[in-house]
Amino acid sequence: MKKIEAIIRPHKLEEVREALLEAGFHGMTILEVKGVGRQKGHTEVYRGSEYKVDFLPKIKLELVVPDHRLEAALSTILKTAKTGQVGDGKIFVLPAEEVIRVRTEESGEEAL
Amino acid sequence: MKIDTGDTTWLLISTALVMLMTPGLALFYGGMVRKKNVLGTIMQSFIALGVVTIQWVLVGYSLAFGPDIGHVIGSLQWAGLNGVGLEPNPDYAATVPHQAFMIFQMMFAVITPALITGAFAERFKFSTYVVFILAWSTFVYAPLAHWVWGMGGWIHNLGALDFAGGLVVHVSSGVSALAAALIVGKRKGHGHDNMPPHNMTMTLLGASILWFGWFGFNGGSAVASGALATSAFVTTHIAAAAAALSWLFIEWAQRGKPTILGAASGCVAGLVAITPASGFVGPLPALAIGLAAGVLCYYGVNFKNKFGFDDSLDAVGVHGVGGAFGALATGLFASTAINAAGANGLFYGNASLLGIQAVSILAAGTYAFVMTFVILKVLSRTMGLRVKVEEEVEGLDLSQHGESGYIF
Repeated sequence: MKKIEAIIRPHKLEEVREALLEAGFHGMTILEVKGVGRQKGHTEVYRGSEYKVDFLPKIKLELVVPDHRLEAALSTILKTAKTGQVGDGKIFVLPAEEVIRVRTEESGEEAL
Repeated sequence: MKIDTGDTTWLLISTALVMLMTPGLALFYGGMVRKKNVLGTIMQSFIALGVVTIQWVLVGYSLAFGPDIGHVIGSLQWAGLNGVGLEPNPDYAATVPHQAFMIFQMMFAVITPALITGAFAERFKFSTYVVFILAWSTFVYAPLAHWVWGMGGWIHNLGALDFAGGLVVHVSSGVSALAAALIVGKRKGHGHDNMPPHNMTMTLLGASILWFGWFGFNGGSAVASGALATSAFVTTHIAAAAAALSWLFIEWAQRGKPTILGAASGCVAGLVAITPASGFVGPLPALAIGLAAGVLCYYGVNFKNKFGFDDSLDAVGVHGVGGAFGALATGLFASTAINAAGANGLFYGNASLLGIQAVSILAAGTYAFVMTFVILKVLSRTMGLRVKVEEEVEGLDLSQHGESGYIF
């Protein structure tokens, strides 16, 4: 199993979520995060005082998938989250050792 | 003496309008701080409604407006509102109950110390603050109000014009804010950490409530309903609108964006500047005063960066600069055609008024600066002015009040 951590643009979340559901991925978790990468921040000015805002709001979407479904999940996210502009985000793939469904105590891919 | 119901009605409504300005100021300032200090900041304004009201009843009104002693202070003859009843007092307001005049003036005394809080926002200890406004109201506000508005007060006798508090409210609080910013010192992380305002919607609502309340502040200062109240009402609105635009446009030209904070600050700057002039000038001078105030105060708020003090919410740049400018402008634009009880200014052939206005600004400013300096030095030695560093980092809301402004 693999855990996917995808940093995406907040306004892309709905599109990504719908596409993932359509592709058969029914569970995911999102976090509202702030990050800095190649995309430049912006400057806010209040009564002449300038504040540089480097960390921009992003969504971090997490889901765990069976190994054979990894490519499908990644291509779905890539297809829907991409705008082609700097700031589209990043996807990290990590090994996931175990998954347990709390209600039934099923484990492994059964629990996904 | 006969009580005029129209005059009394307008004065009581004006009183309620001015009362609302203090919570309006709380929101105006509250939006400009970081969110960990929103309650602490709001509370510094709101608590003045409690503390200064009691002070005004017990001694403040008597010191400000009571029978004159040596042209500098009122006696304590009216302490506890002794003798301040429902019959009119012909010296101050011949057509309304004396208590109506007293409570109208009380609302000015309430908001004035709250204006100073902008200078030391996000770091002042609440317990010391309560003692500070009590002392400031007694030793700074009451004498100044007596000098300028009290029967026998020396600035009043000099012929200086201050319709609704350019000197007593704005110069005094603005200059005191400067003393406070210097003594209290900068916020931890000032100049290094980002400290942007946390809620501009709150600030704009606060500015709008101030604008609304200012109709009572200036219009009510006619202490009667009718022509003069209308004139002051009209000039107040014109100046606020003009200054909101002039601040907005100069910022737009220089910084590239027309900001909400610029529009909100501009309207307040215009309201401050028209305050001393509101009952002495006509509509076009009000327009000129407003336009100039927006530009002057826009530059005024940048003084602190040059001189390196942390007047966090620009009480000096807006109230000090705007108040002093308004008092001088009164010496230029005042006309007896608008208010026969006033005087003509420079543009109406009387150069001497401008000199009198300048002297009164210097006197009020110097007195307020020195007294505020002394009061804060004494409090610094005894109670301490600032919260502890850990408390400042945690924020005033939790450290001073044990509450959070926002729970989502």
